[in-house]
Amino acid sequence: MWKRFRSNMGAMVGVALLIAVIVIAVIAPMLFPHGPWQMVQRPFLPPMSVDGLPLGTDTLGRNVAAQLAYGARVSLLVGLVSTLVALLIGVPLGALAGFYGGYVDEGAMRFTEFFQTIPNFALAIVLVAIFEPNLTSITVAIAIVSWPPVARLVRAEVMSIRTREFVDAARLAGLSKPHILIRQVLPNTVSPIIVMASLMVATAILLESSLSFLGLGDPNSMSWGYMIGAARTVIRTSWWLSFFPGIAIVITVLALNLIGEGLNDAFNPHLSRKGKA
Amino acid sequence: MSQTLSIERLTIGLPEGADRPFAVENVSFAIEKGQILCVVGESGSGKSMTANALMGLLPPGVDVKSGRAIFEGRDVLRLSEADKQAMRGAQVAMIFQEPMTALNPLMRIGDQIAEVFAAHNLYTQFERRARTLDLVREVGLPDPEKIIRAYPFQLSGGQRQRAMIAMALALEPRLLIADEPTTALDVTTQAQILKLILDLRERRGMAVMFITHDFGVVAEIADQVIVMREGKVVERGDAKTVLEDPQHDYTKRLLDAIPTGKLPEARTLSETPALEIKNLRKTFRTGGGLFKPVREVHAVDDISLTVARGEVLGLVGESGSGKSTLGRTAVRLVTPDGGHVMVGGVDLAALSEEELRKQRNKVQMVFQDPYASLNPRQRIMGALTDGPINRGVPKEKAQAKACELLEIVGLGADAAMRYPHEFSGGQRQRVGIARALAMEPDLIIADEAVSALDVSIQAQVLDLLRDLRERLSLSILFITHDLRVAAQLCDRIAVMQKGRLVEIGRVDEIFLSPKEDYTRQLLAAVPGGNWTQTKEVPA
Repeated sequence: MWKRFRSNMGAMVGVALLIAVIVIAVIAPMLFPHGPWQMVQRPFLPPMSVDGLPLGTDTLGRNVAAQLAYGARVSLLVGLVSTLVALLIGVPLGALAGFYGGYVDEGAMRFTEFFQTIPNFALAIVLVAIFEPNLTSITVAIAIVSWPPVARLVRAEVMSIRTREFVDAARLAGLSKPHILIRQVLPNTVSPIIVMASLMVATAILLESSLSFLGLGDPNSMSWGYMIGAARTVIRTSWWLSFFPGIAIVITVLALNLIGEGLNDAFNPHLSRKGKA
Repeated sequence: MSQTLSIERLTIGLPEGADRPFAVENVSFAIEKGQILCVVGESGSGKSMTANALMGLLPPGVDVKSGRAIFEGRDVLRLSEADKQAMRGAQVAMIFQEPMTALNPLMRIGDQIAEVFAAHNLYTQFERRARTLDLVREVGLPDPEKIIRAYPFQLSGGQRQRAMIAMALALEPRLLIADEPTTALDVTTQAQILKLILDLRERRGMAVMFITHDFGVVAEIADQVIVMREGKVVERGDAKTVLEDPQHDYTKRLLDAIPTGKLPEARTLSETPALEIKNLRKTFRTGGGLFKPVREVHAVDDISLTVARGEVLGLVGESGSGKSTLGRTAVRLVTPDGGHVMVGGVDLAALSEEELRKQRNKVQMVFQDPYASLNPRQRIMGALTDGPINRGVPKEKAQAKACELLEIVGLGADAAMRYPHEFSGGQRQRVGIARALAMEPDLIIADEAVSALDVSIQAQVLDLLRDLRERLSLSILFITHDLRVAAQLCDRIAVMQKGRLVEIGRVDEIFLSPKEDYTRQLLAAVPGGNWTQTKEVPA
C-alpha cells in the first residue's frame, strides 16, 4: 500500500509541496524574527526592488514574505485542528448510527441532516460572528460545518462491515456490542476516513481564508485570507499583495488534494483511474 | 470430422509481479464440430484466461505472447478489433458463471436478446421479436410472451442462465464457450441446464468449450477432457479414459478428492443429545406499506431435530430452503419466532441478550466465505483469543491454547502472529475451525464451510473435520447444498425444502432407499451420479 502510494507521481509532488509549506511555517520565527506586523520599509514596494524584501511590502510597509510565512502557520493549524475536531464529532456519531441502526440511526441522521440543510459557509459566518472572531472560534466553526459528511461516510462503511461474517463470529465469541464496534468494525473503516480527512484539511484552509477575507479572521494573527482581503482595494496598483497569498493557498490546497487522491488510489487499487483500461 | 477450433501452443503472459510469469503456457487443443470439450482445473489454473483470450476479453496487463487459435481458417488472436467484434456473438458466443451480473439489470430479457441482432445489423424490428420468441421457447423458458417482457431480477437463477444461453444462441454460433455456467446454480437447476446444453449440441451441432472445476459435470457431458494446472495442460483424452484411467498424478489427486457417493461406515451414536431443536419457527416479513400486502417467507417452519453427542448431522437443501436460517437460528444470530434450541440443558432461544453472551460458547459456527469470516485487520492470535479472554480465561492460557489449536488444524503455531491476507482460502477455513474450537463448544455448526473451496482443498478440510470428530468427539451440524459432500462426512442427513424438514435418516437410508420424492429428485440431479454410483457404491 505504501509502495503504491510512493509510485504515484502526483501524490509525491503533493507530499513535497506540503512538506515545504510545513517547513516554512515552522521556521518562520527564525526567518523573520520581527514578526509579520512590523513595518520595515516604504509601503507599496514591488517584489525584488529592495534587497531583503523579495516579495515587496504591503500598504503599511510590512514585509509580504514574512506575512506569507506566518500565514502558513495559521492556515495549517486551523486546517488540521478543525479536521481533527470534525472527525471527533463525525466518527462516533456515524459509527453509532450505522452499528445500532433503528432509532439511534434515525435520531443521529436527522440531527446530521439538520446541519446539512444549512449552507456551510453561511453557517460558519454566523457562528464566527456570534462568538468573538479568534482562532478558537474559527476552528470550532469550521469543524461544526464540516463533520456531517464524515458521519455519513462512517455510517455507510460501518453498515456494510457490520454484515460481514467476522462480525457474526465476534458475536458468537460472546463479545459485547461496544467491543465489537470499537475493536472489530472501526479499524476497518480507517482507510476511507484518512482519505476524506486529507481532503477536509484542504477545504478547511479554504474556509478559513474566505472567513478572513471577509474580515472575520482573528485580528491578532496574520493569515493568507486576511492578506488578500486587505489588498483587495489596491489590487490594480499593487498586484503582488493579493497574488502571492493566492498562490500560497492554491499550492497548499493542491498539495493536500494530490495527497488525498494518492491515498485513495493506494487504498483502492482496483478503482484507480490511472489503469490502462 | 472438421475441426471448429484448434489452438496451437498458446501462451499468455501475466503482468510483472504476478505469482507466475505465464497465465497459460504452451497450451494446444482442438474441438471438433458437435463436440463438447471440458476444460477442468482448480482456481488459478488459467482455464478462464484461455477462453477470454479467444474472445479478446483479456484484462489489461495480460496479453497473448505466442501461439495461434485457428477458428474457421482464421487466427482469431490476430484479428483486428472490428473483425473480433463481428466474430463475437455471431460465430463464437460465451456464457458466464454469474447470470445475474452478466445480464443488464435495467433491460427487459427480450430486448437484451434482440440487442444481439441489432448489434450485428440483422433483421427488421418485427423479425427480431419473432426470433427472440423462438429462442426463448428453444431454451425452455416458461411462458415466452411474458418472459421477454420481464426484467432479470424477476427470474430465478436457472431462468436467467437460460436467458443467457438464448442470447448466446441468437446468431447460431459455431462455437459456444461456457465458463462455469452451472457453478452458481442448485443441483436440480444445474441438471436441467446441462441437459439443455446437451440438447442444443445435438440439434445445432455446435462445438462447446465447457469450463468447469467439477468432475461430476465432466462425467455428465464431456466428450473430450483436458486437465489444466498452473497454466499447463497436464492430461488430455476422451472423457471415459480420463475419468476411469487417469495417467497424471494431479488428475488422480483431483479425482480422489471428489466427494464420491462412497458411504461411510455407520457408527453407533450416543444417546445423549448435544443439540435439540423443538418446533423451531422463523418467518421473515418484507414490504408491507399502505397499498402493498406484507410478504411472508416461512424460512424455518416448525422444525424439530436432534444432534447426538459426537454425531455429524448433514442438513441438505437447495438455496432458499431455509437451511442457513436454521443454522443461524440455532446459534441465535437470528432470534426465532418460536420454539426451543436446547444445548446442554439451556434453551438458547429463550435467553436474554446479556445471559446469552455468557452462554455463547456452547454453539460455535464455521462460516462459508473464508475471505469475509476473518477480520482483515486482526492477527490470527487475536481472532482465536478474543472469545476465551472475554470469558475470563487468563491471557497466557488462551494464547497457549490458541497455538495448540493451530497445530491441531494443521497450520502450526507460528501462524498466530500473521494476518488473514497471508493465508489461502483453505488455510483461512482452518483458522475458522480453530476459532470455533477455541470456545470449547458442545456443538459446531458448519454453514457451507467447504463450498467456496477447490476440490482438493475441500477434501483436506473434510479430512480435518472427520479427524476432529474422532479425536474430540465433536458434534457437528453440517449445512451444505452438496449431497456428495454430506455423504462423505455425515452420520445422518436431514433434507429441507421450503422451510420444512422433508426427510431425515441415516446416510445409507437417504442414499439407497429415499422415502420422499423430493429426496429422490435431489439424488438424481447430482452431476455424474451414474458414474460415481457404478464406481463406488455396491448397490
